[in-house]
Amino acid sequence: MPMDPFEIQPMDEPLSADDATLVPDGGEAVADGGFLRNMLRVFAENRLAVVSLGFLIFIVLFCFVGPHVYVTNQTNAQEALLNSTQNQGPTASHWLGTDENGFDILGRLMFGGQISLIVGFAAALVATIVGVIYGALSGFFGGWFDAMLMRFVDIGLSIPVLFLLIALVTIYRPTASLLIVVIAAVSWLVPARLIRAETLTLRTREYVQAVRVMGGTRKRIIGRHIVPNSVGTIVVFATFDVADSILLLAALGFLGLGVPAPQTDWGTMLSNGVNYASNGYWWQIYPVGLCIVLVVVALNYIGDALRDALEVRLQRR
Amino acid sequence: MIGYLIRRVGQAVIVILGVTLIVFILSQLIPGGQARAALGPKATQIQIHHFNVLNGFNEPLWVQYWHYLLGLFQGNLGYSYRNNQGVTSLILNRLPKTIVLVGVSTLLALFIAIPLGMGQAVRRNQFFDYSMTAVSFFLYAMPAFLIGELLILFFSFNLGWFPSQPPSDASAWAVFTNPRAFVLPVFSLAALTIAAFSRYMRSSVLDTLTEDYVRTAKAKGASPRRVLYGHALRNALIPILTLIGLTLPAIVGGALITEDVFNYPGMGLLTVQSAVNDDIPLVLGTTLVATVATVIGSLIADLLYAAADPRIRLGGDD
Repeated sequence: MPMDPFEIQPMDEPLSADDATLVPDGGEAVADGGFLRNMLRVFAENRLAVVSLGFLIFIVLFCFVGPHVYVTNQTNAQEALLNSTQNQGPTASHWLGTDENGFDILGRLMFGGQISLIVGFAAALVATIVGVIYGALSGFFGGWFDAMLMRFVDIGLSIPVLFLLIALVTIYRPTASLLIVVIAAVSWLVPARLIRAETLTLRTREYVQAVRVMGGTRKRIIGRHIVPNSVGTIVVFATFDVADSILLLAALGFLGLGVPAPQTDWGTMLSNGVNYASNGYWWQIYPVGLCIVLVVVALNYIGDALRDALEVRLQRR
Repeated sequence: MIGYLIRRVGQAVIVILGVTLIVFILSQLIPGGQARAALGPKATQIQIHHFNVLNGFNEPLWVQYWHYLLGLFQGNLGYSYRNNQGVTSLILNRLPKTIVLVGVSTLLALFIAIPLGMGQAVRRNQFFDYSMTAVSFFLYAMPAFLIGELLILFFSFNLGWFPSQPPSDASAWAVFTNPRAFVLPVFSLAALTIAAFSRYMRSSVLDTLTEDYVRTAKAKGASPRRVLYGHALRNALIPILTLIGLTLPAIVGGALITEDVFNYPGMGLLTVQSAVNDDIPLVLGTTLVATVATVIGSLIADLLYAAADPRIRLGGDD
């Protein structure tokens, strides 16, 4: 006898919430080793990114531990002028030569690198935090509030970043710590827009709706679906933004608007070096140029790998 | 189309008004005020008060902003106390040079990037594609000033092929009359965008190659050449127009660096020099002009996009 498909079949026994047989068709979805381990696995598969991460750790150690091993004078200009030759090529006592003031270049790479790295990382951190809060508020409240906040972002983004940065630097004559604020002030607009879009789309995603239909709690939706997905966007942006901030600081230094002496940063060092480009003092240009490029490339590779590892949607597995 | 045009122009006007507001706010943030910035640290209270009354800086902020806007409409961008000259005349002298530099290098970048991206799409995942991808990634990571300096080192100091900077008295049109002096600056600015443009062109061509009309053309027996140039290329070019509009702020910022590297007296170099000289009104003036130029450039790119793409021209909606 054919069964009526619309007839409700009586169940053998009523289901209770803790019934072990309450399993979706196709079995319980089991994470293969958890989100974090999965992420680390995907990241580790990207050899270029692992090498980049190793290089970045090396550079951080080089800049912050290096000065304790390879001790040089980097602040006393008089002593530098007295004790060493200016613009000297690499020798046994000065491995990468000296600059126009007689400062040791290898030591100066560490000394200037500290500023470049600290300002780069801190500016990216500040920009990301401000951008995430601004964007999340805008996306969360929506309506005219959202429209107003986003018009402001549009206006800010239409100003060429370097011009705005130079205007702020001219007004405030910043020290290294103020440079963090100034660079963050020109780079929080992009994450604000990203996170706002993320908040808007995540709320209406099919899988979020699916969880809701299946009776998932709000806590589960936020904790297991929305947060892990926007953390990806946030971390990936922050990584790229460290590279951008280091480049912005380098550009400012190159234009002669970097940290004031006796401090220095990689961009300022390069700017001083190219003054002697026609004299063939290569040791004043290539090492510091290489530092900037390699750190930026490494951060970009790490950002790419993080995007693959964190944004589950893009994973091909 | 008319609706789109009106909406897009209105949007640009709002952005420009917003930028004037931001620049005005920046001018209010000067520590010690504009009087202190203009008169120096030794000015007395009386001098400062006199200066403020004379320039209307003692009035309410919204009145000051209104006067600032009125001044802008009359072409008055402020006064450079360092140069003892109006900001407008200083900028007008430099603006054409920057526009020519940006225009020529953007065109050059397109001439290189479009065939490059197309070639990569056609030879997808072959040696040419991979090597060009590596090159563009490298260019993408290079800071603008380093590209410029390396070009000077190799092609000017080592090989002596091109001068390291254009003549300082060069007019805006010297790029056409004395092209040799401009090879390095133009290429160094173009290098910034070639990477982005060619990547975009590659994926744009790849997208169009999967479209139905390309398959139809193939099915009708059109030669691969005809399919590529007659059908895929023309459609793939349309999104590039939007990309130019979006990249324009970055190109203008790059021009600032390029002008500094090659000592080319455009608006970027003017900005850097006035920043070093603490000439705040002049920096704010160039910032405003650079932004307005960028907004207008993006507007033109968008309108061209609308004119080229019938889906926007006829649809009426974005």
